Amino acid sequence: MLARYRILLPVISLAVLLCLTFWMQPRAMSYFGLNLLFNLAVPIALATIAQMIIIMVNDIDLSLGAFVSLVACVTATWLNDAPLIGVLVLMALILTYAAMGAVIHMLELPAIVVTLGMSFVWGGLALFLLPTPGGASPAWIRTLMTIKPPFIPMAVLAAIIIAALTHLLVIRSKLGTVLRGLGGNTRSIARAGWNVTALKATAYGLSGLFGVLAGMALVGLTTSADANIALRYTLLSIAGVILGGGEFTGGKVSPTGAVIGALTLTLAASFLSFLRLSPDWQIGAQGAILILVLTARLLFSRKGAAT
Amino acid sequence: MTMKPWVWAWTAAALAFAATVLLTSGRGAGELAYAALSFGAFAAIVGLGQMLVITLGPGNVDLSIPACMTLAGTLALKAMGTTDGTAFLGLAVALATGLAMGCANFVLIWLLRLPPIIATLAASLIYQSLAIWSNRGLRIKPPEGLADFSTGRFIGVPNLAWIALGLAILVWLLLERTIWGRWLLASGQNARAARLAGIPVQAVRAATYLSVAVFAALAGYLLASFSGGAALNMGAEYLLMSIAVVVIGGSSIAGGNSNVPGVIGAALFMFLVVSMLNSYGAGAGIKSVLTGTIIIAIVIAASTRRSRQ
Repeated sequence: MLARYRILLPVISLAVLLCLTFWMQPRAMSYFGLNLLFNLAVPIALATIAQMIIIMVNDIDLSLGAFVSLVACVTATWLNDAPLIGVLVLMALILTYAAMGAVIHMLELPAIVVTLGMSFVWGGLALFLLPTPGGASPAWIRTLMTIKPPFIPMAVLAAIIIAALTHLLVIRSKLGTVLRGLGGNTRSIARAGWNVTALKATAYGLSGLFGVLAGMALVGLTTSADANIALRYTLLSIAGVILGGGEFTGGKVSPTGAVIGALTLTLAASFLSFLRLSPDWQIGAQGAILILVLTARLLFSRKGAAT
Repeated sequence: MTMKPWVWAWTAAALAFAATVLLTSGRGAGELAYAALSFGAFAAIVGLGQMLVITLGPGNVDLSIPACMTLAGTLALKAMGTTDGTAFLGLAVALATGLAMGCANFVLIWLLRLPPIIATLAASLIYQSLAIWSNRGLRIKPPEGLADFSTGRFIGVPNLAWIALGLAILVWLLLERTIWGRWLLASGQNARAARLAGIPVQAVRAATYLSVAVFAALAGYLLASFSGGAALNMGAEYLLMSIAVVVIGGSSIAGGNSNVPGVIGAALFMFLVVSMLNSYGAGAGIKSVLTGTIIIAIVIAASTRRSRQ
């Protein structure tokens, strides 16, 4: 029952925002229009999933934006020029993420601080790799991101696939269940005989994997990269997770909700530009939408507690 | 307790200072110390505010500090409009702005029951818009007297450093010698136990979120005066900086434990480590990588020492 409530709010807020957008701009109600509206949602959705996996194990990742930027830089340079080295580097980055998770658990370090420090490291490496914006997207990623499937625009289709796959991984699979348990009660998972360090490393590794996918998808859309390309993803992904009905503690997350949260955030930006709002107020209105949607969550949780 | 946690931050700052001065074989030590005290003052002021919030316990952090600094700085400079003798009017505007932002943040957290991270994040977007709207891309210069004051010195030490020191002593007295400080620490250690013990936990939280916004507003006012005008991105680097100085300074990120001298030492350290890397000719990329590595190394050092006790 609670799980159903959790998914209801993100769905309603996306539907309301979508209706308002169509009302403002009826021409957006088409294959091409939808693709434009949600185009940038794919990398944001992937990054939100990455953040969700970290939040699922009761940590928070302040380095995600810098990490996605670094991946974008690697994709636009090494992966394009020397695919083998590029793949190896990206795999090394995922392993580093896993190691970060293991270290955080073994030394009982606060994740917020370690990821804060790592954000400087990722940012520095990205700057080292691409001091000025540039690079080029590997052709196959570009093709993949601009593919035109029949009936459903690529961006929407990709979001559905991401939501379905992560739902299977996080909610249905054995690993996902244990990882959510880790967020719920670490000690009982340890007592049940699981190796918590390995689990934490797995969670961070998975998060790194989705971070890498986010960076690659981003380059496929923008066709070039720079060291600061995705810095705003850190806060955007946290907002997406919470908007999608996730909570900061207790392993209570919803992958479908997180993807919908990411779509809502992307749509909010498009909606505001349709409103012909003065550019001064664009950012502020995004904040206001965020507060509004989360206030609605309060009504739900009150109702949930009462019944 | 054998060693105070703040010793680490101060040692690290001293090492970074020595390493820089060593390179120039003693020349420019005075200038370096002066610059560190000036720039460190901003990090110290916002760090003290962030420390109070983090002391409130897990999940409490203020992400609106950069936006608070920018909005307060912008509005204050606009109110002063380069007219001489309006420094106190500007200060009042900045502090009032800070107070208003603190109230807004706390209303979101308390009435709407939003997690503080999300509440301050969403609110900061609105403050940012307000700053853009009121600024209109103009760069208003601070009145001459105020600009001179913010870059000036008193008994050889920058005025800014005196202000930061005064605030640090105030916060220290508040935490260690008043009932409010005890209440704050108790709320941070166990909010439920504190409530049952009759501590007005919500009032403590309100006062804390108000103080962090006022501190950020003061820092924004001083930074705008110091750097010859308010810029829209002037607070950007202080988001991570404010959290970093709290943790390097030895306060517990889990709350309920704060450390004023550590914040000051860490603020000096954060400036000194960058200038050390600069003087060794490190590029922007390497500088950032090393800064991150050093932050993590200090956190690891501090945590292993804690667990051995």
